[in-house]
Amino acid sequence: MSVLLWFPLISALLLAGLSYLLRARSWTLWLPVAQSVALLGTGSWLVVVVGRAGPLVAAGGLLRVDSLSAWLLTAVGAVAVVALWGGVPHKADRGADIGSFATLLCLFLGVMSLALLADNLGLVWVALEATTITTAFLVGYRGGRHALEAAWKYVVLGSVGVAIAFLGIVLLYAAGRGSGAPTLSWTALLEQAPLLDPALVKVGGALAALGFATKAGLAPMHSWLPDAHSQAPAPVSGLMSGVLLSVAFYAILRVQAVVDLALGPSLMRTLLLSAGLLSLAVTAALVVTQKDYKRLLAYSSIEHMGLLALGAATGGDLALAAVLLHVLGHGLVKASMFVVAGRILGVVGGHRIDGVRNLLRTRPDLGAPLLLGGAALLGFPPFVTFFTEVAILLAGFGRGLVWQMGLACLLLLVVFAGIARHVLAMTVGTDATPPVAPRSEALMPDRPTWWRQLPVGLGLGTAALLGVAGWPLAGTLTLAVAALGGAR
Amino acid sequence: MSTGLFDQLLALTTGILLLSAVLLVWGRSVGQAIGVLVVQGVALAGLVLTVGVHAGEPQATFVALLVLVVKAGAMPWAMRRTAAVAGVGHERGSRVSPGSQLLGAAALTVLAYAVSEPLLGAHPDDAARAVPVGLSLVLLGFWQLLTRLSAFSQLVGFLVLDNGIAAVAFLTSGGVPVTIELGVSLDVLLVVLILGVLLVRLQREHGSLDLTELKELHD
Repeated sequence: MSVLLWFPLISALLLAGLSYLLRARSWTLWLPVAQSVALLGTGSWLVVVVGRAGPLVAAGGLLRVDSLSAWLLTAVGAVAVVALWGGVPHKADRGADIGSFATLLCLFLGVMSLALLADNLGLVWVALEATTITTAFLVGYRGGRHALEAAWKYVVLGSVGVAIAFLGIVLLYAAGRGSGAPTLSWTALLEQAPLLDPALVKVGGALAALGFATKAGLAPMHSWLPDAHSQAPAPVSGLMSGVLLSVAFYAILRVQAVVDLALGPSLMRTLLLSAGLLSLAVTAALVVTQKDYKRLLAYSSIEHMGLLALGAATGGDLALAAVLLHVLGHGLVKASMFVVAGRILGVVGGHRIDGVRNLLRTRPDLGAPLLLGGAALLGFPPFVTFFTEVAILLAGFGRGLVWQMGLACLLLLVVFAGIARHVLAMTVGTDATPPVAPRSEALMPDRPTWWRQLPVGLGLGTAALLGVAGWPLAGTLTLAVAALGGAR
Repeated sequence: MSTGLFDQLLALTTGILLLSAVLLVWGRSVGQAIGVLVVQGVALAGLVLTVGVHAGEPQATFVALLVLVVKAGAMPWAMRRTAAVAGVGHERGSRVSPGSQLLGAAALTVLAYAVSEPLLGAHPDDAARAVPVGLSLVLLGFWQLLTRLSAFSQLVGFLVLDNGIAAVAFLTSGGVPVTIELGVSLDVLLVVLILGVLLVRLQREHGSLDLTELKELHD
């Protein structure tokens, strides 16, 4: 069975190699989609296998899958299917080197899987740094000054942030000196937690969380995110916002489990609460006056990562299960939204919110998913985001974090007003349709409408279905939370 | 290795690390900066070998060789290549004057010593006593990233930061396991290569590497 752990890594490498060899052919763009489907399949299979027989180990303990990593692997696969299928570039946007675009996407999916499957904080670090490496050229793929500026900031800030995390990991490793066998294995660190040097765990844990928070887009280390996510091509933005942030957040969850066991929950709770509230505040301050619709979506991702941080800070079965379900729900919705935003960009040719009006009337194929996706991002029922957000806030109140959750509700209200205002103006606003000069080649879709709408429909539909009929997942989520060290 | 020799080698290598980091904060010439980075890489490899041999680690020579090849060979080579293709020779300036920059560097070094003490506990071993040097490198790398105006100096700052973290790793625990060290070295090397490519593109697109030019995306 442990061959299942190798499968997502090896298939990513093989498909990356294949798309590189055949890079002149545009059908290679479907290879990353195939990899996503493979990830979704392997992830679901692993959820079942691990649920029955417990964690699987491979590569001498370097790779290990438990319920938590299997669940997140499934989430990455599902979100990637939506982002990559929906975001297959239009004929007019394909350069001669489109195959290398596919190669980088396959590698990107591979290293994200590695980050989830590694039972070694050092290897998790290597994989997360590799996500920056594989996405660097994807962010700057469209070329031009803005994309280049975004790519530079992304690589510099991402690498420096992750370097801080490495310093933290090094100190956590050193904290095990007293036990005789220092280790980076996450499971071994959990076992040794009471023996770890508390001073080193404190500094190491805080630095590791801070560093990974840079990658997870939590304020105040978020400044690269709106630039990178708004400049990258649609499928890349969808993947980065939808799952890469959550994969980085997964690393924080693992570090938190070790630190909580060694020192008690107060250190990580304080850090995560501050980062969560600050992320909501940053979003609230910047969405109301936002002028760029892709940046609007990027800030919304910061908001949702803030919510995840609040959930992790709260701890306990309810909050953590909600956090894990929210990762999937938000990922699906955000990937769909970035796909739609990419299509709008293809039609109007600009990023400005006031350049897009009356979409529901003029282009219902774009307006309807934008409106529905906006509702899902804002947490309207029946979308699963409604239930997970309410669960996180209620769990917080239940644990006595009253003023923190009260403040979060207030900030969420401001974010709600800001995003709703813009999405409504773009879809059902009554302003005269602005004089845009649509790009002629982009007006002719290169594939049938139902084929283009299907991934977006699947993304939003699944997010709604999870909301009303997500109860069969309760067992899986409970196991995933238990894998994290149980209720804290 | 005798304790006296170990102490001397430790003092020599960490001394060179700190001195080279301060020189980088102070200097303005790109060619010199790359030369100093080579020296820093050699000193780091020497530190790895010293700590490893003293602790009786069988893999010490291999890791030291890896550090030497990556930090004193491949990375400076990539940077020299970038500088040549992008045509950068001298840096225009920084956000603060050289004097205040050096003063800041001194303050950060003192800070590194102050914060290391509680970290190391009451009875640190000989190697752990040198940890403040590693932390100084980390802070000086940050200082460089924050105060310089050129994209190239940011790259140099990132490498000093990375060398600092490597030094802390070797001084506190004799380094992370070799497989991880290999992965980390490869990652950092790839980041340097990617930043090099982006740097050349920036130079072509903007005509300079001035970071004040990179202000078009904001809210």
